[in-house]
Amino acid sequence: MQQNNSSKHSSGDMRIGMALAADRVMTGVFYLVAGFFLVLLFAFAGYIIIKGFAGAKLYMFAFAKGGIGNQFFNTVYLVFLALLISVPIGILSGVYMAEYAKPGRVTHFLRIAIETLSSLPSIVVGLFGYLVFIVLTHAQWNLFSGALAVSILSLPLISTTTEDALRSLPESYKKGSLGMGATLRQTIVTVLLPAAAPRIITGVILAAGRGFGEAAALLYTAGMSTDINWTVWNIASPTCALNPFRPGETLSLAIWGARTEALSADSAEIANLSSAVLMIMVLTFSILAHTLEGRIKKKMGDTK
Amino acid sequence: MKHADNTVRKWDEYMIQDAINIIDSQLAHSAETNRSQSEEDTGIYNKSENVIKIPKFSVNDLNLHYGSFHALKDISINVDKNSITALIGPSGCGKSTFLKTLNRMNDLETGVAIDGSVRLDGTDVYKDMNAIALRQRVGMVFQQPNPFPKSVYDNVAYGPRIRGIKKRSELNEIVERCLTEVGIWSEIKDRLFKSALGLSGGQQQRLCIARTLAVAPEVILMDEPTSALDPISTMKIEDLAMKLKEKYTIVIVTHNMQQANRISDKTAFFLLGEIIEYDTTNNIFLNPKNKKTEEYISGRFG
Ligand SMILES: Nc1ncnc2c1ncn2[C@@H]1O[C@H](COP(=O)(O)OP(=O)(O)O)[C@@H](O)[C@H]1O
Ligand SMILES: [Mg+2]
Repeated sequence: MQQNNSSKHSSGDMRIGMALAADRVMTGVFYLVAGFFLVLLFAFAGYIIIKGFAGAKLYMFAFAKGGIGNQFFNTVYLVFLALLISVPIGILSGVYMAEYAKPGRVTHFLRIAIETLSSLPSIVVGLFGYLVFIVLTHAQWNLFSGALAVSILSLPLISTTTEDALRSLPESYKKGSLGMGATLRQTIVTVLLPAAAPRIITGVILAAGRGFGEAAALLYTAGMSTDINWTVWNIASPTCALNPFRPGETLSLAIWGARTEALSADSAEIANLSSAVLMIMVLTFSILAHTLEGRIKKKMGDTK
Repeated sequence: MKHADNTVRKWDEYMIQDAINIIDSQLAHSAETNRSQSEEDTGIYNKSENVIKIPKFSVNDLNLHYGSFHALKDISINVDKNSITALIGPSGCGKSTFLKTLNRMNDLETGVAIDGSVRLDGTDVYKDMNAIALRQRVGMVFQQPNPFPKSVYDNVAYGPRIRGIKKRSELNEIVERCLTEVGIWSEIKDRLFKSALGLSGGQQQRLCIARTLAVAPEVILMDEPTSALDPISTMKIEDLAMKLKEKYTIVIVTHNMQQANRISDKTAFFLLGEIIEYDTTNNIFLNPKNKKTEEYISGRFG
């Protein structure tokens, strides 16, 4: 092991010493940067949450006019609808890009299309949604068109994470399965997708996060009003909470509306509280998601 | 350093002793079983101790190109049923490529051109068989153990499930039988529902063999199945291969000359895409006809 002869010994030691020192310095720098972001996140989230709740009154939590309960519900429901649309399509498209698309012009063009889609400004998507889902269909503002608009934004994200997740799997999974006489479809469904699940779930969560915070794409689609009657459970009724074809203002739109229009005296407090609730939603969701991902990863393969 | 040397020497002694035992018992064993089996099978038996069998695979004038690279050149070889055929030769000489032509795993790569014929029990696997059906009859075990990131149970049940077996009792029976056949049932029966990725490398490789057995193949192709394993696990896989040849036909690529010598009935020596010599393992190792074969097995190159 000791290949250095004695004359080179001291310079070798010095080199190792310097490398170790540099290593310690860099480790320190990384800790510092990581710590900075951690502090930034806590300060930011803490400020918003404390400020939001400090000015809150009890009536602001109501699921009725004057409170933000309905907006909270609309946010969750809209993201749920958007995921219902974009998860299946996004995963299918990711599977296609990773496993079926042959390298060539069509694939190249598709990839450009997906990349472009993922960098579309959301206000453009909102106006497009307004034109196609509202104007052309002669509909009023509604949650479903909002969900479609958000889907357009989350589709490329889910598609690319699915594609990346599949591509990063060891080639040996696929070979092992095909080598036993499984078809490619069986291999994808029963081996590759389950193995890629933790990363795909992360992608879906990021997409959901984007949906929670989305405002511009919803301005002209989901609309800026909400009128829910919590005693009506006929889904066809325009005031039923679960009717996707009713207008549905979300929390981020409520913030925007309260800060720009300021129709009532408590607008500032409403906006602050909405921000606080939105912040908590995003944090909870992100923590839950990571725990879920971790548990799936750990249990990968432990089945009953 | 001292320590490592020691273990290597010990291991050598162990292997030699073991090899002697194995060869002894094998010679005694094969002399009887081969004869009676093939007499039943074909009724053909010739005096000079060489059993004439119907080949499992017969390969004729096989040529394979990767793009413009000529990777296999005029390969003609018969693979005997219920025997172990070893493929030896230096790295990059086409052993894996040849092995993959036997169950059409080459189909997965682009730019592969194949010409000539590979027949399984007389049927051309490229012209008259579909790759999915072929691979259910000709299973494959890889160099790196590659269990799926699923439970031990789900790994073994994978093949039967994709072939439509759903009944739990039937699957249970298959899982137990295959794990027993590869000799790890008692070791892992308590952790059937834990991830297969938590097993040791040797256990994983035997699990992969069990997974292959679960679809009842006729042939098992092994591409350097022990090169990623420790000596003890290697021994176990070798013993297993010798046991399995009673029911299956085995073709094994190996870098380890002693391994080829220990376990195979016939050996093919590959060099630069050609088969230089193909004969009984005894002849290849004790009495090679080609000078290059002799140089290779005596370790002068490769
Ligand atoms: N997919 C491929 N495309 C192009 N060349 C390949 C491919 N696979 C193998 N080769 C080449 O073919 C030759 C034989 O490879 P291989 O069969 O893997 O050799 P071995 O298993 O004997 O080490 C090597 O020169 C290798 O570089
Ligand atoms: Mg190889």
